[in-house]
Amino acid sequence: MDVESLTQTSGEWLRGTGPESDIVMSSRIRLARNLASFPFPNRADDAARAEVELLLRGRLTDRPAGRRLNYLSLTGLETLDRQFLVERQLISREHSDERTHRGVAVSDEENVSVMVNEEDHLRMQVLRSGLALDECWQEIDRLDDALEADVTYAFSEQLGYLTACPTNCGTGIRVSVLLHLPALVITKEISKVFQALQKIGLAVRGLYGEGSQAMGDFYQISNQVTLGKSEEQLIATVKDVIPNILSYERRVRQALVKENRQGLHDQVSRAYGILRNAQTISSEETMHLLSSVRLGVNLGLIDDLEMQNVNELFIQTQPAHLQKIRHQRLESAERNVMRAAFIRQRLTEESTGPE
Amino acid sequence: MKKCGRCDKPAVLHITELQHGEVKGLLHLCETCAKEYLSHGQGSAPEAGLAEAELPEGEEPLEDLDQHVCPSCGITFKEFRSQGRLGCPNDYIAFQDELLPLLENIHGETQHVGKVPKRAPHASQKQYQLIRLRNQLRAAIDEEMYEEAARLRDQISVIEREITPSQAASDA
Ligand SMILES: [Zn+2]
Ligand SMILES: [Zn+2]
Repeated sequence: MDVESLTQTSGEWLRGTGPESDIVMSSRIRLARNLASFPFPNRADDAARAEVELLLRGRLTDRPAGRRLNYLSLTGLETLDRQFLVERQLISREHSDERTHRGVAVSDEENVSVMVNEEDHLRMQVLRSGLALDECWQEIDRLDDALEADVTYAFSEQLGYLTACPTNCGTGIRVSVLLHLPALVITKEISKVFQALQKIGLAVRGLYGEGSQAMGDFYQISNQVTLGKSEEQLIATVKDVIPNILSYERRVRQALVKENRQGLHDQVSRAYGILRNAQTISSEETMHLLSSVRLGVNLGLIDDLEMQNVNELFIQTQPAHLQKIRHQRLESAERNVMRAAFIRQRLTEESTGPE
Repeated sequence: MKKCGRCDKPAVLHITELQHGEVKGLLHLCETCAKEYLSHGQGSAPEAGLAEAELPEGEEPLEDLDQHVCPSCGITFKEFRSQGRLGCPNDYIAFQDELLPLLENIHGETQHVGKVPKRAPHASQKQYQLIRLRNQLRAAIDEEMYEEAARLRDQISVIEREITPSQAASDA
């Protein structure tokens, strides 16, 4: 597999289907694992990193749990390609730093990706469209078992799976859901949600993980603690809080419609109008407007767009994606022109309405 | 109570030494020898293992703690503190005294609950069990709960018998 082939497809998790998918964009579970007899990647020398990569690459491409995974070595990959994989949610920002003997194994639908030699020897993740944490866990648990059948993990009875950072040891699990919360943002109710989540030990991040800003009103909610609770307990901590947030967002959406349907309809239609007509547009403005359009589709204020197309645009209008799709390295100003053209084309192509 | 394998003082640390995933042996060390073992890795360093230390906490000044070195990967505790990343799995043993309060702080817990690797070397899982049972036995004797102690001693000898043949096989 190469990066080029990925520009022709999109991740299945962007389908916009599955439970609660009007608000829950995706569910994700990741596990951190290390081999018992090697230093952690940041402390391992080139030879040790090479050995770990060779060993794990072999396991990963040998259909673990009956799954076909395509291995992509990051060594020698251009900065743009590595950035593309970050935008695509297949690797972390940290993993895109130039270091030797790094790679990622990806399933055809992009639901599964396994980073090799990131902060830990193995960082596997399973992604699903909508609220589907149990399915994510079942799948990643199986993958973990299959990989473990051939290698010895670093594990202690007291501290569980041993990880390079003590914040991940124990279960090594990160359970997260990506939520689209435009109404709570408009009404500034969102800060109440943050406070409540912090109190129960859950973290809130932006679309691109650690330290990233919330873009397009997307918020990632995940567990912080990994030791002393079982995987099922940690999944339940996240799962149990979601219905409250969903009903809160829906309540505020309905209130917005009730109070000022026309005003909301106007805002959504203007956002759609700008996206279909702009000649130059920044990534930030795009995310902002797409968020309004997504809300409009969910409320039935826009009826000629598929949710999947809107979801895909959030990813495809990112800088590296645009440049890969256009096969061109572009400066920021040129990118904005290209972005506007790409969005115009996608929205007129997809929409069934008159233009 | 077991005596230290290197001198005559009572042992407070019990280390399961593993090599290539096989149990090599169980080390019993006193406080003094244990500190030396953990900071210098005397003999062959365990490539993975489990230590159960009862070392008194907070006796040493921070500068001394910073000098602690993992015998497997050579990282010092100071390096870990500045980078926030450990060097190898053995650091959890080498820096146990320093890490446990930190883990307590981060997670509010210091005992794993949850998935256990199915393939965790069978013998080493038994070793973990032995370590726990031996501690319970010591506590039972201290508290003069002799019935409980007898029950634990039986359990221990059963497990010891179970793992002896496999150890002989791996030595051959
Ligand atoms: Zn001694
Ligand atoms: Zn180490």
